[in-house]
Amino acid sequence: MILTGAEIVVETLIEQGCKTVFGYPGGQVINLYDALYTRSDRIQHILTAHEQGAAHAADGYARASGEVGVVIATSGPGATNLVTGIATAYLDSVPMVAITGNVPNSLIGKDSFQEVDITGVTLPITKHNFLVKSIDKLADTIREAFVIAKSGRPGPVLIDIPKDVQVATYPYMACPVAEKKMPKKAKGDKLSRAAQMISEAKKPYVYFGGGAVSADISTEIITLATLIDAPVGCTMMGLSAVPVDHPRYLGMEGMHGHYASSVAQDEADLIIAIGARFSDRATGNVAKYARKAKIIHIDADGAELNKNVSVELGIECDVKDALQRLISLLDEIKHPEWMARIAELKAEEQTQFEKVTAKDRITPYALIQETAKHTQADTPIVTDVGQHQMWVAQYYPFQNPRTFISSGGLGTMGFGLGAAIGAAKATGKRTVLFTGDGSFGMNLNELATVSAENLPVVIVIMNNHVLGMVRQWQTLFFQKHYSNTDLHKRKTDFVKLADAFGIRGYRIQDLSELSDMIAKAFSEDSPVLIDCAIYEDEFVLPMLPPGGCIEDIITERGDQ
Amino acid sequence: MERFVIAILVENQPGILTRVASMFNRRGFNIDSLTVSETETHEYSRITISLTGDDAICRQIVKQLKKLYNVKEVKVMDKPKSVLRELALIKLKNTPETRQEILSAVDIFRSKIVDFSPSTLCVEITGETSKIEAFIALVEPLGILEMCRTGVVAIERGCHYLNSDTSL
Repeated sequence: MILTGAEIVVETLIEQGCKTVFGYPGGQVINLYDALYTRSDRIQHILTAHEQGAAHAADGYARASGEVGVVIATSGPGATNLVTGIATAYLDSVPMVAITGNVPNSLIGKDSFQEVDITGVTLPITKHNFLVKSIDKLADTIREAFVIAKSGRPGPVLIDIPKDVQVATYPYMACPVAEKKMPKKAKGDKLSRAAQMISEAKKPYVYFGGGAVSADISTEIITLATLIDAPVGCTMMGLSAVPVDHPRYLGMEGMHGHYASSVAQDEADLIIAIGARFSDRATGNVAKYARKAKIIHIDADGAELNKNVSVELGIECDVKDALQRLISLLDEIKHPEWMARIAELKAEEQTQFEKVTAKDRITPYALIQETAKHTQADTPIVTDVGQHQMWVAQYYPFQNPRTFISSGGLGTMGFGLGAAIGAAKATGKRTVLFTGDGSFGMNLNELATVSAENLPVVIVIMNNHVLGMVRQWQTLFFQKHYSNTDLHKRKTDFVKLADAFGIRGYRIQDLSELSDMIAKAFSEDSPVLIDCAIYEDEFVLPMLPPGGCIEDIITERGDQ
Repeated sequence: MERFVIAILVENQPGILTRVASMFNRRGFNIDSLTVSETETHEYSRITISLTGDDAICRQIVKQLKKLYNVKEVKVMDKPKSVLRELALIKLKNTPETRQEILSAVDIFRSKIVDFSPSTLCVEITGETSKIEAFIALVEPLGILEMCRTGVVAIERGCHYLNSDTSL
């Protein structure tokens, strides 16, 4: 079958299992959009308001489904608008393929209209990228991009296609979906050593990150922890891989982690880290991190072993296989004293929580709990970045893997709405976006997309009229110099704003309205926005100050 | 701190040098020298990088290099079991007072004069980095006008090859 390059791109996407693409048309992708038009019965294109929103949507689609997310943009500004979205996916190891048009080969390098060297720009934020200069390599390049995106530690891949390559013709033959390449299996002697270390430990702690979500190892983690009588903690990226109500689960640790989780990690004599990368937000001061513990680090990416912290035993491997084999090497162990200490820490955490959580106003905790009454175990919960994100990470009762969708590594404010579009599209389910007035303001143009697609997204804005996370730092570390973090002057009416986009908005200002209004909002099938006022000086607690260690933990607001 | 020499076999494709160099820049690793050239096959190019650092940095660099697509092989050269060479061209002041000293240094270091003008002369010296640096230290007080160095290239002795597909 002889097809144009543009048709080959779309046929190859369909062939590789892509059902939905997100994007925005433009001069150098008109041919591509024509090929999408004539194949709209087999592949759906979601038009966003901005290319950044499209990139976050493809990212959210991938996080919610585990499939490769695909985004299309034109050359120049279209391509550069993807950059934040690609970097977000890169830092959180999300499988994504970004396709950009470029000026024809003959005009490349001449500073032509809307020409930008996007492979150069995205070099440090992609797993790999391609500039396809001739049509004979086009289909195979796209297939290879899918393989790279989903293999090993996943990540984004960009393919830049000059216009003349889209216009040229070439024979096309469909291929089966390219299989992902699995990381190598762990060596037996390393697993035996791990088993030995585990059997000698008195205070083991199982710790997982985002790798646990992508490797689908929730069952293995719980089995391992139960077998060796250990508590389980995670990084923010690991959230939702283990149900929050599991008795061994201590929650997220790190800068705003749960008290019990962070202290247990500090007291442990063995940390079994799985699919985590010891980021500074998780460890605090590396020199004082887990001083009493030996560390076993199991990860798909060998370059993460000994990168940020030195470990006793690093195993680069297919994580799921390694855990299953490790479990088969172990006998049941009991650590009654250690687990009693864990119970004590959990009780302490509860006391602290009671002490700092107000009952007489709408707290983020109350808002999250009230919302959770109307969600299911498989409801995708998306966040933006800031205080609200930490509160959701701390308080939302996650049950199923892939239901927490949030920008961890890059911390991209404005990520949420696009990602919620992608998650809603991928799952076909009601999706909740928790956001703040600051983050939401960054990409609220995507309300147009939510409205146009009539996506069942519930947008919950925790509106404190400040950039709360920076304000919290300014309160604690900058003598209350609230430099450019006060948004009261903006006077944005989010309910009217929603209305302008054809979306129903609800406003909650008092605790007495909370329950009813949330119930009302959730009774609708169409998109809704809830603008909920919260106290501007609500703190995210506990807090390990940046570069601090467990002794520096702040658990109370004090008299700031 | 130690000086390491890393040999990298990469697919002969546009942009690959940028990928390698950009990784060093982005991760904050300093390069002392870098050379890139053709190899025995058209399919691959060979990059030789020398750098100063500790063992942990060297190991991390190797791991990060192996993650790059288009990188086929990465090897930290075992210096006693390898031949390491660098070439330098050094232009010196040619004066009646310094000429004799330069000529005897050239002789001792088994280097050669490749250009000679009434006021300048140019020395070509080949050898391990330490030899070149010793020569430079010797002639520096005599007035170096210009200098360029190729950076280190390295190859293993005997039946060891960077490309794991190669055999006798």
